[in-house]
Amino acid sequence: MGAVNVAPSDGNSEPVSMSGRERARAYRRPRRTPVTWVRGGGLTTLLFLLPLLFVFGAFSWYPITRTVIMSLQETNLVQAPTWVGLDNFRAVLNDPLLPTAVKNTLVFAGLALIFGYPIPLVAAVLMSEVRRFRGVFSALAYLPVVIPPVVAVLLWKTFYDGSETGVFNTILGWVNLGPYGWLQSQRTAMPSLVLEATWANAGGTVIIYLAALTGVNSELYEAASVDGASLWRKVWHITLPQLRGVLLVTMILQIIGTAQVFLEPFLFTSGGPANSTLTVLLLIYDYAFGNSLGGDYGNATALSLMLAVFLALFSWAYLRATRAWSAE
Amino acid sequence: MSAFQRRRTRSDTASTQSLISPVDWRRPGVRWGVGGAQVLLFIGLVVVGLGPLLWLAKSAITPTVDTISNPMSLFPNGTAWSNLSEAWSNVEVGRYFWNTVVLAIGSWLSQILVAATGGYALSVLRPKYARLVTGLLLTTLFVPAVVLLVPLYISIVDPPFIDHSFIDSYWAIWLPAGASAFNVVIMMRFFDNLPREIFEAARIDGAGPFRLFVYIVLPMSRPILAVVSVFAILASWKDFLWPLLVLTNPDIQPLSVRLPTIQSQTELGIFLAAMFIACLVPIGGFLIFQRSFLRGSGLGGALKG
Repeated sequence: MGAVNVAPSDGNSEPVSMSGRERARAYRRPRRTPVTWVRGGGLTTLLFLLPLLFVFGAFSWYPITRTVIMSLQETNLVQAPTWVGLDNFRAVLNDPLLPTAVKNTLVFAGLALIFGYPIPLVAAVLMSEVRRFRGVFSALAYLPVVIPPVVAVLLWKTFYDGSETGVFNTILGWVNLGPYGWLQSQRTAMPSLVLEATWANAGGTVIIYLAALTGVNSELYEAASVDGASLWRKVWHITLPQLRGVLLVTMILQIIGTAQVFLEPFLFTSGGPANSTLTVLLLIYDYAFGNSLGGDYGNATALSLMLAVFLALFSWAYLRATRAWSAE
Repeated sequence: MSAFQRRRTRSDTASTQSLISPVDWRRPGVRWGVGGAQVLLFIGLVVVGLGPLLWLAKSAITPTVDTISNPMSLFPNGTAWSNLSEAWSNVEVGRYFWNTVVLAIGSWLSQILVAATGGYALSVLRPKYARLVTGLLLTTLFVPAVVLLVPLYISIVDPPFIDHSFIDSYWAIWLPAGASAFNVVIMMRFFDNLPREIFEAARIDGAGPFRLFVYIVLPMSRPILAVVSVFAILASWKDFLWPLLVLTNPDIQPLSVRLPTIQSQTELGIFLAAMFIACLVPIGGFLIFQRSFLRGSGLGGALKG
């Protein structure tokens, strides 16, 4: 390729054309033809890549691009889709349920941070100093993570039974509390969902922290001990700073995850009571699949796209804001 | 640094100091404070981690009347083992259980195939366009799953080029399961850490890419294959929304999709027995393959970190 380009441009003036041709010959590589490509193992490599390219092409890359297209179209699977410009976005933004869904999702994400962020950290730091049966500790912490989420939610739904003989109400009755409505009351429904979600997910975060804690350089601890640093100072000045990177990443991952909460509101309350647990993902689901007459796929994709773009911008801003702090 | 190396470093240097030094441990304040906190943590973990499961196990074999009127007492009027058998046969949990198993095995095969061959091609064979493909893979890691949901569903109902809906076909679950960038990336990380001299030596001895893959790379990557397998099967067992959307015929739905319906149609004791059955495989698998589970989770953190 390079050789072909060089020769004509230098061919304008006589004396230079010779040197140009020479240069071209010097630069010439063995010609790449389909035959050499196959002989060189190119076909075999492509064969190994084929499953990946097919599966990702069909079920990841293609649908992602299709989201963008569908958000600008009116699709009902019967007639050919028509272009409607930004109508879907306008319809979603004018939906009176959208502010409720956004607010509820923010509340869920916020509460999940308050409930779920400090507990795994404290647990992991304590667990990393356990001298015997550490495996039992981590197994116990991880156990809720392996329970299928549907089972977890439906089991907790039984626990949250609002009658006096519900599981939680019975336990609280022992200390003369309750009975509480849990999922039936607008005020307690969302915190109840967050509590279950925290229970179901905290174990995974504990294991991530435990792995990160084993990576803390033990020389730092030794040096601090030699200097006579107390335990609290070591936690504050060595352990936490060393975990900083992981802590920042788990926080953004948790926010991205909780912004897409679906299963809990879907199975616990179906968004009720009085839309107090309607989340953005539930709204997307309702647009697309909630109506038995046929989905409003345009609105659904428009809202998913807005959520995805928001999350991308948020993550970008978050990483920028914390970059100075997480590096060093 | 991979979690594998980390683990090794840790066991090698088990005697070196961690946060609390031996001197610290000799201090009564630390000893009682930290020790007490650890005991409390243990009790808390037993109550929170094991408690709900024990309750489920107990209630699965307790008569419905007792569970409703007195959920926290232990078999006040004897047991009802019949819950389990009724759930298994009358509520057809047995059938849904096998559906779940078939779905899990297919998803596992598809994930292993894609991750192993793709990871091998991208990080051992390394064609020129590997960077482009890897970049496209990594971007999908950052795209929230919700973006895929609707267009993926449409592609299954009305696939391009093919005039055939894949609704109510297990392929609609198996094939998309393979598109897990996370699997490919952890495979690639593992392959990148394998010594390249071995590949060179094999090549000089005349092994082609296929032999290299089957006789050298695959046997060496058993630990990472275990991690990917464990998570593939667990993820398939946990999946709910996607099978709910694409499998509309109740006879072929997996347990997780059926459970909400079972809850509304059967009495509590039998429903809880069904839930207990749904937990058996993931919990049993976790107890047997604990190592791979915890290693994979830590690896997830290392990757995200």
